[in-house]
Amino acid sequence: MDELSLYVLDITMNSVRAGADTIGITLDEAGKWLDFSVSDNGCGMTEEQVKRLSDPFFTTRKTRKVGLGIPFLTMLAEMTGGFVRITSVHESVSDDHGTTTYARFGRNHIDFIPLGDMVETVLTLIQGSPDINFTYTHKTESGTVSLSCEELRAILEDVPLNEPEVLAWIRENLREQYAALASESNR
Amino acid sequence: MKSLEELKAIKAKMQDKVNLRTSSAQTRVVVGMATCGIAAGARPVLAAFVEGINEAGLSDNVIVTQTGCIGICQYEPVVEIFNGEDKVTYVKMTADRAKEVIEKHIKGGKVVTEYTIGEATK
Repeated sequence: MDELSLYVLDITMNSVRAGADTIGITLDEAGKWLDFSVSDNGCGMTEEQVKRLSDPFFTTRKTRKVGLGIPFLTMLAEMTGGFVRITSVHESVSDDHGTTTYARFGRNHIDFIPLGDMVETVLTLIQGSPDINFTYTHKTESGTVSLSCEELRAILEDVPLNEPEVLAWIRENLREQYAALASESNR
Repeated sequence: MKSLEELKAIKAKMQDKVNLRTSSAQTRVVVGMATCGIAAGARPVLAAFVEGINEAGLSDNVIVTQTGCIGICQYEPVVEIFNGEDKVTYVKMTADRAKEVIEKHIKGGKVVTEYTIGEATK
């Protein structure tokens, strides 16, 4: 994978498959680090499962015997001087269950790959799971881009978020927010 | 800026159509979106199907959905097209191939054999 936004998509898919109905994605670019976190209220993992996450031969799926999502992410983060931290509370332990994946990347490191197209990552997630309340926040040095599915749903009511025209509106809205940041940083 | 007013207008236009749509959809396009699919380039393939089907005015009859890993990672991006009892599996898809499949298969009713799994495994 040649852009970070694909890793964000991959990691967030884990939250989708964990049955979460609320998923927060935050990106924070400041100074020499890019931090991202994906936080969900899905079923969570047991301590045993969390321990085995870095093992590529650990996966809960049945269609193949390897799980490379977390190992890929960890390798990439560590190559740039960063790290990945995962905390999780399994639903058998507490009603307040879910998983948070936090990753830090060194932006100036030679092995840092570009962030790439976060707008398409967010759209892919909403297209696949229109009923999940995604919140997206991207903080940069020139401002913040944000989106809340809950706010959009308050307007759309029973019109699903993955209607093509709604997706097109979201794409345009996010692109315009990013364009406004770019012109801000060029001042 | 894309305003919330515009979103309200979309809602007003769509709300009657939506309920009709889900019951009348005849064709289902399913794009694999696990680590294997994403790494192989499934994100632009999905976007090409969503946009292409909308632009072709086929949204009432065709729905685009996502799935996890179906176990043939070496052939990703994989797209399955269901129509009634029939299923066609396209492999190693790209955004350009997606446009071609919309045109020839979904609109024209003719399977694009060269991109199918049967052809890839020959």
